[in-house]
Amino acid sequence: MNLATETRNDVVIIYVKEERLDAHNSTDLKSAVQKLFEDGKKNVLVDLKDVRFIDSSGLGALVSGFKNAISHQGNLKLSSLQSQVKSMFELTRLHRVFEIFPSTVEAVENFQS
Amino acid sequence: MGNTIEVDIKVPNKTRYLSLIGKIGEDIARELERYSGDKEVLAYHLNLVLTEAMVNAIKHAGPKEPEKLVRIVITLHHDDLTIRVYDDGQGFDINTIPAPNFEELEDRGRGIFLIRTLMDSVAYRKNCKENMLEMKKKLG
Repeated sequence: MNLATETRNDVVIIYVKEERLDAHNSTDLKSAVQKLFEDGKKNVLVDLKDVRFIDSSGLGALVSGFKNAISHQGNLKLSSLQSQVKSMFELTRLHRVFEIFPSTVEAVENFQS
Repeated sequence: MGNTIEVDIKVPNKTRYLSLIGKIGEDIARELERYSGDKEVLAYHLNLVLTEAMVNAIKHAGPKEPEKLVRIVITLHHDDLTIRVYDDGQGFDINTIPAPNFEELEDRGRGIFLIRTLMDSVAYRKNCKENMLEMKKKLG
């Protein structure tokens, strides 16, 4: 899967450079997030700007990342969700679980506060 | 749309074909002349239920057997859309799959919930030869 990472003010940003986050590629994202927390990173932001479609496996990979963050005393937040992707979080009530920000800038600021 | 459209597809039971199958659902949604709802929302929903159903078929047909095929039949007749997804694996009992517990954060278990939420009726039938997940939606 095509992922780009960037570190900004102690926040590792993972940009998911895929149109679909589904059962075909979600395991890659899950592993990438897991590795960051195992390596001692505390603040991870997953940016979904390019993701037009997410399925239950994609949601599951993010839930796994969120639980990973908790078990490592870290934080995982989300940014830049397209409207239909956001509606899947609402349908599965996951919008109550994740902190979701309109942009990476706002998310990074929130990590600092 | 008075005519009946039937699309009958067989693809290898591999996740790399999810995108292809999902796109067929999207294209069908965009072609509906008389649909009064939001076609882009419907396109996403059909993409999603096809993706979820195919993942289920892959799981239950046994991923260890990559030479197997998943058969998907999409029928559009008047305002009735029916999607049937077949597999010849051991199958599962759809009625024993619980709704997700929203208070607990599970990695899995949202696929059938999404299908049930987005479609009007969902049934899974088993016979000795193959299994069929049937999903129906009224588009009128």
